[in-house]
Amino acid sequence: MIDVKNVFKTFFVPHEVQALHNVSYHVNSGEVVVVIGPSGSGKSTFLRCLNRLERAERGQIMIDGTDVLDPRTDINKVRMEVGMVFQSFNLFPHLTVLENVTVGQTSVRKRGKHESIENAMTLLNKVGIHEKAGNYPSQLSGGQQQRVAIARALAMDPKVMLFDEPTSALDPEMVGEVLEVMKTLAREGMTMVVVTHEMGFAREVADHVVFMDEGKIVEVGPPEHFFTNPTHDRTKLFLSQIL
Amino acid sequence: MNDITQTLARVLPSRNTLWMLVFFAGLFALAYGFYVATQQANYIWHWNRIPRYFYYTDTIKVRTEIAGKVASITHKSGDAVVIVEGDGASEFYTVPGANLRVGENETLYMGDVIGTYDKGSLGLMAQGMLITIEISIIAIIFGIVLGLFTGLARISTNPCFKWTAITYIEIIRGSPLLVQILIWYYVIGTLVNNLLVTSGLPQIPEMWFGIASLSIFAGAYVAEIVRAGIQSIHKGQSEAARSLGMTKSMAMRKIILPQAFRRILPPLAGQFISLIKDSSLLGVIAIRELTKATREAVTTSLMPYELYFVCGLMYLVVTFALSMFVQYLEKRSVE
Ligand SMILES: Nc1ncnc2c1ncn2[C@@H]1O[C@H](COP(=O)(O)OP(=O)(O)OP(=O)(O)O)[C@@H](O)[C@H]1O
Ligand SMILES: [Mg+2]
Repeated sequence: MIDVKNVFKTFFVPHEVQALHNVSYHVNSGEVVVVIGPSGSGKSTFLRCLNRLERAERGQIMIDGTDVLDPRTDINKVRMEVGMVFQSFNLFPHLTVLENVTVGQTSVRKRGKHESIENAMTLLNKVGIHEKAGNYPSQLSGGQQQRVAIARALAMDPKVMLFDEPTSALDPEMVGEVLEVMKTLAREGMTMVVVTHEMGFAREVADHVVFMDEGKIVEVGPPEHFFTNPTHDRTKLFLSQIL
Repeated sequence: MNDITQTLARVLPSRNTLWMLVFFAGLFALAYGFYVATQQANYIWHWNRIPRYFYYTDTIKVRTEIAGKVASITHKSGDAVVIVEGDGASEFYTVPGANLRVGENETLYMGDVIGTYDKGSLGLMAQGMLITIEISIIAIIFGIVLGLFTGLARISTNPCFKWTAITYIEIIRGSPLLVQILIWYYVIGTLVNNLLVTSGLPQIPEMWFGIASLSIFAGAYVAEIVRAGIQSIHKGQSEAARSLGMTKSMAMRKIILPQAFRRILPPLAGQFISLIKDSSLLGVIAIRELTKATREAVTTSLMPYELYFVCGLMYLVVTFALSMFVQYLEKRSVE
């Protein structure tokens, strides 16, 4: 489903940073991959390169058979298939919850209004927030907003979902409700790449855990491996800090 | 003792009320001082003559153009229709309001008054104000469109669009509006009209060169307001929109601009209030807007004090109406 080969990404402003250094990875359909690593290790950059929010300067990224970096690729077609959930929700504040979930369907998927609303209500129901459909995002708690953001991404019927620290901006008591929704998705067979520090989530649903440091993938393995016998010293150090 | 302080506290005005009184006293002193000064200068106020500069009625006399007899007078919904016959000719005259000076069978000479009626007309300043409002509205509309596209071009990654926008904005903001108006009228206006005349087309009236100068001037400022408004929207908004698969322009139209609009409104209102006031400069190219009309009224009436005050007040009315309208828009878009 996702195939990343020898990807490099450098930022030049404000100063030169090698955010991704020769990263290769493969995600099969239906897999849940959790990416962990210290701040600045390139986790967000990795995720954002997958749907070309950042353009990798070298290497190859294939999503469901489409070459993301090929200039001839219609990137909007790829993005329709790749849902993204941000740390800071990024809901559209001028639209109601319902409109947040329908706007992509009507304008990008070209669905009818009626069908979009029906679909949106089903998804809002699924994330447990349908009774707030008419509210504006500012009237919702952080956990509720993030669940709407998940519904918004799901409304495009993506094949892959990317999560960039979806619970880091939440008050502790709201983390659970968002993780619950993500677990349901994982159980339903969604292909997911999740950047998170929630090790409980990783242990429960991840097929693989990827540890990144300084723009490189340092260690990959099933979750048990990370909790029982991580091999690299840097992995051990990082895990000892967050566990 | 305590009792007295309490009574005093109740009777004496509070600190705030005191300062309000000072404010009104100051205002009154200023007005009175001004009045005394005009008395010293032997200025005689004629406020009663001001209304005629807004609306006046003329008595129109309906005269017969042929000699003859009044053949018939018929009344039709308040008006009178008078038929005059004589020398084989026959004419009919309508007198609104039926205020007649002739009776049936009366003999008339050519030019005799059949009846009179009052006709109301807009005075000089009312006409000027209408022109000011008309010019301002058209220039505001053009200014918005121009400013929106320039603002978008300004943040575009296309160097041609971007540099065109920057050049336009810098040239317009860097030179005085008065000079721009003169260039529009005496340079561009003459050139364009010359070309039109040589190709046998009708000329463009000066009003349109005035509108062009104001729109282009406002457009440059609106562009900067639009740019700032768009850039004030958090980057995460466009990223969220793009990650749904929206194109750049779709994200701009559906997500960024609607949010930017709310932030743009207050500075935009300020810009358009300036535009209304700046339209007073158009008098220099013979457009009879409010200020020019006032100056003409002053030369014929010798009432500069009243007329200039009223002129200023009229601008205040228009700009105030505009800010009320914008506040209404703001309230509506915030809900
Ligand atoms: N848009 C950008 N411009 C310049 N430098 C950037 C940009 N985005 C990321 N970087 C740099 O690239 C490196 C990797 O950043 P990235 O955001 O991918 O790390 P991260 O692992 O997601 O960290 P965090 O846990 O703090 O989110 C960092 O050094 C960061 O400063
Ligand atoms: Mg990050």
